[in-house]
Amino acid sequence: MIFSVLVEVSLRPGIADPEGATIERALPALGFTGISSVRAGKAFRFDVDSGSEAEAVSTAQQLAERLLSNPVIEQCVVRVESSR
Amino acid sequence: MGVVVFPGSNCEYDAVIAVEALGATATFVWHTATKLDGVDAIILPGGFAHGDYLRPGAIARFSPVMAAVADFAAAGGPVLGICNGFQVLTEASLLPGALQKNRGLTFLCQPTTLVVSSTRSVLTREAQVGQELSIPINHFSGSFTCDDDTYASLVENDQIVLRYRENPNGSRDDIAAVCNLDGNVVGLMPHPERAISALLGSEDGRVLLGGFLGRPAFA
Repeated sequence: MIFSVLVEVSLRPGIADPEGATIERALPALGFTGISSVRAGKAFRFDVDSGSEAEAVSTAQQLAERLLSNPVIEQCVVRVESSR
Repeated sequence: MGVVVFPGSNCEYDAVIAVEALGATATFVWHTATKLDGVDAIILPGGFAHGDYLRPGAIARFSPVMAAVADFAAAGGPVLGICNGFQVLTEASLLPGALQKNRGLTFLCQPTTLVVSSTRSVLTREAQVGQELSIPINHFSGSFTCDDDTYASLVENDQIVLRYRENPNGSRDDIAAVCNLDGNVVGLMPHPERAISALLGSEDGRVLLGGFLGRPAFA
């Protein structure tokens, strides 16, 4: 089966996020109020050909930890969005 | 001396010119090489290896040459990562910490004053603790970041090699350079290879590169 996977990579809590902070500071000028805790990150979508969903997630998790994120400062969340 | 060249490196010639100015010889090592024959030191130069796609150094760390660099480092060989080379060494876990985007989200290209914090590294062995050096920076992702445990071990093991006198990029504790436990692998964001001639603004890089190469800074 083909599993469509979404990997979200973001900075670990406590790691300064100058991009998120800059976006947050810009919001009032655009009329958005009451918005806080903005964190910037990256998202990756790809398909995994695998025998089971658990196996697909495991493969994606390894890929995410080894290449897509730097575990020293980043964390990642893996999610299967659909399968066919 | 070997200078590793990745697709996207752009300071490899600066490194070679600096090394030769100090009386040593240098050869280029392409990133697909699997052996480092006949070199007694390695420099990973600045630039944008593999376009800096994903993160600076993230793809480069998987280049075939990096396994050879890791073996060379484990055997005690001197390894120096300058700017992008520093980012590659942290991604490869040959050095602790990570380099994040600069605090102000601007690309910084300016002279900086560095203060020597430790002389136990191959880069600073000819310098004096407290010595100030004028060396330029040229980076977007140069903010040194690490967790509290890593920071404590860096301090305890005397692995903080150089600090900025005035922090330009938000690096933790003004850190500009760190080394591994043995001191033979060093990474720094500033460019000592661009500070070897008074005509170009500074020759303070000679003390660092001369020490690294085991050659007199001024022949």
